[in-house]
Amino acid sequence: MPGKNAPERVNDFTLKLANVNGTGSASANGLLMKSFFRMGIPVSGKNYFPSNIQGLPTWYEIRVCHEGHRARSGRVDLAVAMNAQTYARDLAEVSPGGYLLYDSTWPRSHVLAREDVTVLGVPFAQMCNEAFDGVRTRILMKNMVYVGTLAALLDIDMAVIEQLAKDNFGKKPGLVEANMKAIRLGWDYAREHLECPLPFRAAPMQATGGMVMMDGNTTAGLGCVYAGATVGAWYPITPSTSLMDAYRSFSARFRADPDTRERRYCVLQAEDELAAIGMVLGASWAGARAFTPTSGPGISLMSEFIGYGYFTEIPAVIFDVQRVGPSTGLPTRTQQGDITLAAYASHGDTRHPVLFPADPTECFEMAVQAFDLAERLQTPVFVLSDLDIGMNDWMCRAPQWDDAYRPDRGKVLSAAELERVEKFRRYADPDGDGIPWRSLPGVHPKGAYFTRGSGHNEAAGYTEDAGDYERLMERLKRKFATAARLVPTPVLHRADKKASLGLISIGSCDDAVREARDRLRREGVRSDYLRIRAFPFNDEVQSFLDEHERIFVIEQNRDGQLRSLLVNECSVDGRRLESILHYDGLPMAAAPLVAAVRERLSKGAAA
Amino acid sequence: MTYIAKPRVEYPGLTRNALGLSRRDYEGALSTLCAGCGHDSVTAAIVQACWEMALPPHRMVKLSGIGCSSKTPAYFVSQAHGINTVHGRMPSVATGAAAANRHLSYLGVSGDGDSLSIGLGQFCHAMRRNVRMLYIIENNGVYGLTKGQFSASADIGSKAKKGEVNLQPPIDPVLTALAAGATFVARSFSGDKAQLVPLIKAALSHEGFALIDVLSPCVTFNDHEDSTKSYAYSRQFYHPAVHTDFIPPADEIRARYDEGEQMEVELHDGSHIALRKVESDYDPTDRDAAYVKIRQRILAGEWLTGLLYVHTGRQDMHALNQTVHEPLATLPFETLCPGAAALDRTLDRYR
Repeated sequence: MPGKNAPERVNDFTLKLANVNGTGSASANGLLMKSFFRMGIPVSGKNYFPSNIQGLPTWYEIRVCHEGHRARSGRVDLAVAMNAQTYARDLAEVSPGGYLLYDSTWPRSHVLAREDVTVLGVPFAQMCNEAFDGVRTRILMKNMVYVGTLAALLDIDMAVIEQLAKDNFGKKPGLVEANMKAIRLGWDYAREHLECPLPFRAAPMQATGGMVMMDGNTTAGLGCVYAGATVGAWYPITPSTSLMDAYRSFSARFRADPDTRERRYCVLQAEDELAAIGMVLGASWAGARAFTPTSGPGISLMSEFIGYGYFTEIPAVIFDVQRVGPSTGLPTRTQQGDITLAAYASHGDTRHPVLFPADPTECFEMAVQAFDLAERLQTPVFVLSDLDIGMNDWMCRAPQWDDAYRPDRGKVLSAAELERVEKFRRYADPDGDGIPWRSLPGVHPKGAYFTRGSGHNEAAGYTEDAGDYERLMERLKRKFATAARLVPTPVLHRADKKASLGLISIGSCDDAVREARDRLRREGVRSDYLRIRAFPFNDEVQSFLDEHERIFVIEQNRDGQLRSLLVNECSVDGRRLESILHYDGLPMAAAPLVAAVRERLSKGAAA
Repeated sequence: MTYIAKPRVEYPGLTRNALGLSRRDYEGALSTLCAGCGHDSVTAAIVQACWEMALPPHRMVKLSGIGCSSKTPAYFVSQAHGINTVHGRMPSVATGAAAANRHLSYLGVSGDGDSLSIGLGQFCHAMRRNVRMLYIIENNGVYGLTKGQFSASADIGSKAKKGEVNLQPPIDPVLTALAAGATFVARSFSGDKAQLVPLIKAALSHEGFALIDVLSPCVTFNDHEDSTKSYAYSRQFYHPAVHTDFIPPADEIRARYDEGEQMEVELHDGSHIALRKVESDYDPTDRDAAYVKIRQRILAGEWLTGLLYVHTGRQDMHALNQTVHEPLATLPFETLCPGAAALDRTLDRYR
């Protein structure tokens, strides 16, 4: 029993639950994670699910960490092997000294045993067969039985679990009772037959105040409601679908007349992504705040219209919840592979503002900022989230709202202003910031103009004139420079003393980078860390590049897209920027990052 | 020739509509299409119809895709907002704009190249959604701007100017519209203004998607002897099935035809369409019968024209989506944002 003599660890362990998809394990695992959260302990969960509805392996990883790190730990202290197909692999993944819990209704031979792993057997299926009727119920309840067993093994507060069961199934009291019965079965069995608790266990803390457990698609959808978006057009694609689900359900709650059921929003399920972005541009052109959620393949399809929006200067908000490419790629795995695609989408000289949220709280905030930027700048704006942020539940700051907020609708001429204008010139630059004034259809005859993706002069007339074209392109460039002053600034973490080593990263890498940086600091490696939050890059990014002799650019793709963008857009010798990349489709962990930094430093400066 | 400013000719004798506007107020920039192009006649019919209906020009929205036909919105109602989108994707832009502001009149102009190839999907789905708009296809069977390739509406056996013969079957927009659930389906000919003007007026009053497929010969690339979309062919094999009169809401219904031949359809704005059946056995409210009849005539090499199918009972996109009466684009922010207190309550279930 290798675990026996290990020192006791409180609130610092990782569970990995191996299940078969479509068996109801997701709600059991969610309840388990939430029970740590309700005990006031920092926790994070990562769901590894297949692009499939039923029958394939799925894993759920729960990291309990009193220090508050949310990235993957890269360890497995306790595996719950509920899927016979993956048993061997699950056992192999357990960290030395760890435990494996399995369904001993069908005892495992010694062949697969590991010296350094303690195997715990509980006859889950047998217990469910005896206690419950109906095949489906038995399958579902097996999940709850292991929740009970884990509660006993890990010292999870049963009162918290019971309250969660009530919260989840409150509308059906019979379900609460049945689930609690299953949980108690598992708990009783463990208390009777297994040594409880394990050397690692939970204990109540007070570290989750002001926090919520939410996924980034839900917060982004909520952000769209709060920003005042009224038209959402989309085509279903993993992993972005739940964003529109959230917008629709929050809108139904807040924007439907209680008597007439009339809706102050419109959700259009388009025939494809080409149409979805067309609808968004049409709605924005007519004066509504409009958005579309999609993923990489959708951006590829939308690219022609994105260039059209850039050239005709129509606002649009596009959420790209990134998944693994190229092509169909791995639809249910995470990556940051669309950075250059978003920045330069479409043919010709095009550049687009891109926001990079790092967690669900920022998805909410950046959703609102994206609408303000899109309307202020009159151009498509991207929010580049990813599957890890969008679909996993994160412990994060509760989104806040300031009732004083009013949307920035940008330079839109009212009927009264148009009345006073001698001649409306849609594409002129009277303010010198590259941003023209626009008019909306139906407001005033003097505001009428013809929007076109072909060459146009300041009065929106068709032109192929060389000078007109160059002036237009130079103005759009000026507008992009204005954008750099308006987009969110980066977050800078400075070392306690001057550091020559800089780390630059983006989006969902943030937790792994901060944890790795903490560990490196303990080893004596000092570094400054800049988390970029938007493209175009602001002056702060250039300053950071100037200040550091050696910079590691950490991101989740094969080709170092953020690094390329920095080299392309900033003034820096590319040899000073070294990529540290992670792109296997799983969320980033700190340990490999620490190892990569150490290895680079031991080799000395880059050539 | 957009560099030549179109002279605005006003004279005292100009007739004015209910808004005090003359036809000149419904015109646009000078056409740059080839002399004799059928599309210019369609433009003239649009100008006439909008003027007769006294539509406030700035309450209209003109939309198009890419191609010769898609240039035409620049040539009418210059005081209306216009948007020339990307190839085949006008329906989605129209759908979004209509979603944002349901109180404007939407008039889309497309071509057979734009609507029946790259745009076929969007064309069908806009009909399926029953977006309230008039969608005109200026159908000439040929790609004019790229100099004479066959379009998807070219008939089997029709010859290109350089002699190449089309061997693939055509996609007929009218039959496609009937299959996709369109609620107002008409066909006309650019040379028949008397038929086209009332059709456009009726279509603009229709609460839902209204298609008018207009045979509009291309004088440059498809007006030769072996073309089935030439002026000569269209005139010869042009066969009105239903004669349409449009009666605005305020007007007393005076037009009377022989008993049994006359049919009136009331539109949602209170206006009427009076349909006089030229073919006594044609029923423009029976989708299945219309489909069969139109197809039989196509196989016989004839174009059946007029308002071929109409159905006023189907809910449009807004009714289906239960959207509020006020345009979404102008709803005050206070009615859209739930506020801080509601956010706090909403987040409870995530705590």
